[in-house]
Amino acid sequence: MSEKIKLGRPAGFFDVFERRPGAIKKNMHYCPGCGHGVLHKLIAEAIADLGITHRVVLAAPVGCAVFAYYYFKCRSIQCAHGRAPAVATGLTRSNPDDVIISYQGDGDLASIGFNHILQAANRGENMTVFFVNNAIYGMTGGQMAPTTLPGQKTQTSPLGRDVLETGYPIRVCEMISQFDAPVYVERCALTSFKNIMAARRAVRKALQNSMDKKGFSLVEFLSGCPVNLKMNAHDMSEFIETKMTKFFPLGVYLDRAAEREPIVRAEMNYDADKIKSLLYPEEIQSELGDYKCSSPVFDKECRVKISGFGGQGVLSLGYILAILGKQRNFNVSWLPSYGPEMRGGTANCSVVFSKSHIGSPEAAENCDMLVCMNQPSVEKFLPILKAGGVLVYDSSTVKLPEGAAKDHYVYGLPASDLANHLGDLRAANTVMLGAIAAVMADNFLDDADKANLDTAMIEAVREMFAKKAKAADINIEAYKTGKEKIEFKSVPKA
Amino acid sequence: METKPKKTFRCDIAFDECKGCSRCVEACPRSLLKLGDAINMMGFPAAVYAGEGCIGCGACYYSCPEPGAITIVEITED
Ligand SMILES: Cc1ncc(C[n+]2csc(CCOP(=O)(O)OP(=O)(O)O)c2C)c(N)n1
Ligand code: SF4
Ligand code: SF4
Ligand code: SF4
Ligand SMILES: [Mg+2]
Repeated sequence: MSEKIKLGRPAGFFDVFERRPGAIKKNMHYCPGCGHGVLHKLIAEAIADLGITHRVVLAAPVGCAVFAYYYFKCRSIQCAHGRAPAVATGLTRSNPDDVIISYQGDGDLASIGFNHILQAANRGENMTVFFVNNAIYGMTGGQMAPTTLPGQKTQTSPLGRDVLETGYPIRVCEMISQFDAPVYVERCALTSFKNIMAARRAVRKALQNSMDKKGFSLVEFLSGCPVNLKMNAHDMSEFIETKMTKFFPLGVYLDRAAEREPIVRAEMNYDADKIKSLLYPEEIQSELGDYKCSSPVFDKECRVKISGFGGQGVLSLGYILAILGKQRNFNVSWLPSYGPEMRGGTANCSVVFSKSHIGSPEAAENCDMLVCMNQPSVEKFLPILKAGGVLVYDSSTVKLPEGAAKDHYVYGLPASDLANHLGDLRAANTVMLGAIAAVMADNFLDDADKANLDTAMIEAVREMFAKKAKAADINIEAYKTGKEKIEFKSVPKA
Repeated sequence: METKPKKTFRCDIAFDECKGCSRCVEACPRSLLKLGDAINMMGFPAAVYAGEGCIGCGACYYSCPEPGAITIVEITED
């Protein structure tokens, strides 16, 4: 006579649950009769039989299965509520050969994280979702879930779920199977032996799809929470089979893995140096060392408003000034403001320099300098230029109205025309930068700063156009042109 | 004439790993399981097997939520 174990503790479980605190190390934490336990056994058996314990990564939910990572002989991550599909997306994208399981309850999946599951399904992420629908928030003590049946009493629907107030149960399989990307969707019930065997096949099929990189599979399990529903084993299964299946019919909703090719995505780039060089342009070694401007005008905020049409480069012009400030160890802020359109609308930015604090980054009033590259900008922003402030405008696009800017120092130059002559209209903003440099030298800077101004400006332009040496050269030429061609127009009349 | 060796089955219940939920009791097609009188270390009345008649169908095993509460043993007589 010989004996052998036909069915015993599944090999996909740890033999002893060392991670589980307390004295009980052989059992899971679930209540007696819990559907999570039934499903855990099917999964543990499957990952062992399929030989994939080393390939599986389990994204565990918030809900009663929060501690799923105590139990399975695989890698696991416990995710924020409803976010397991997002974590699983990261996992499968970075390790496409792994078999990723997103394990979720109905509150987790169909309530707090609903958009995550829909988007992951619609992207066809290569993952297996095991979705436990027990029609209740189990972990928190039996509140109504999105899947709670009409009329079902819960802690938060003591008179029964009122569909007028809280809507109808959400049918996840039906929704997911409408998408084009998913390959396999089935609803099972962890009730009778026959139904559990169907669930067992579904678990394996979904995992096989993930192993074969066929994309997104979801299996929903109608499952018992006998404690919160206050039912014995018999009534619990009867409730699921007679009441729940009415709303949530069992069956295969989608099965097209066989028609699909394995997913091949572009390889991930883990080259840290390359990523760093893309994110952070090389620091330019400054000829000026760590020279700091000494002009007293920067002791407090110096506020500049730059305005024009979107597409004229007013935002980049401000940005170059901000780089200058950063390179010269100022505090500096750059605040762009533009309409929804990319080109044609108006755009402006505020740049504020200071050796001390910067209050508001928005140059909304009391500006020291206003740079206008189109006519509407003059009308809009002249009122915020303080008396004695400096106006610089592009005379190819702006006609200064008679008597305007009588309280200000006014400079102009045909920046757009000059840029056009240089062969690139896009350089109008750096022509303007040259003009700004000349104006700053005239009005704001002491001798030391004047002497270093060109080097500082050109280094700022070079940083702006790092890796685009040709563009940098054109723009430096434009800068020099602007600085040379600037014309002084008038001083304050008062 | 050669006869196939006779196979029988047994349902072993790990007394201290059963939570007394009755799912196996409900599942057994031959009604061979019931909850016993003895309370185990977790505080539950563990299920007990009638002692004979098991056909090794696995209904109790797959219905049971506990990892190691039920083991189905296959016995081959020579
Ligand atoms: C961000 C956040 N919101 C809310 C909670 C509270 N919370 C914990 S579990 C849970 C519901 C879980 O229900 P379900 O996903 O159905 O899991 P079950 O316990 O029923 O398996 C909620 C709302 C939380 N932990 N974190
Ligand atoms: S509360 Fe419900 S879902 Fe949670 S462990 Fe208990 S039976 Fe399972
Ligand atoms: S294996 Fe089948 S026959 Fe044997 S005890 Fe379990 S349910 Fe009953
Ligand atoms: S199903 Fe498992 S836990 Fe429940 S009574 Fe039977 S052996 Fe015990
Ligand atoms: Mg739930």
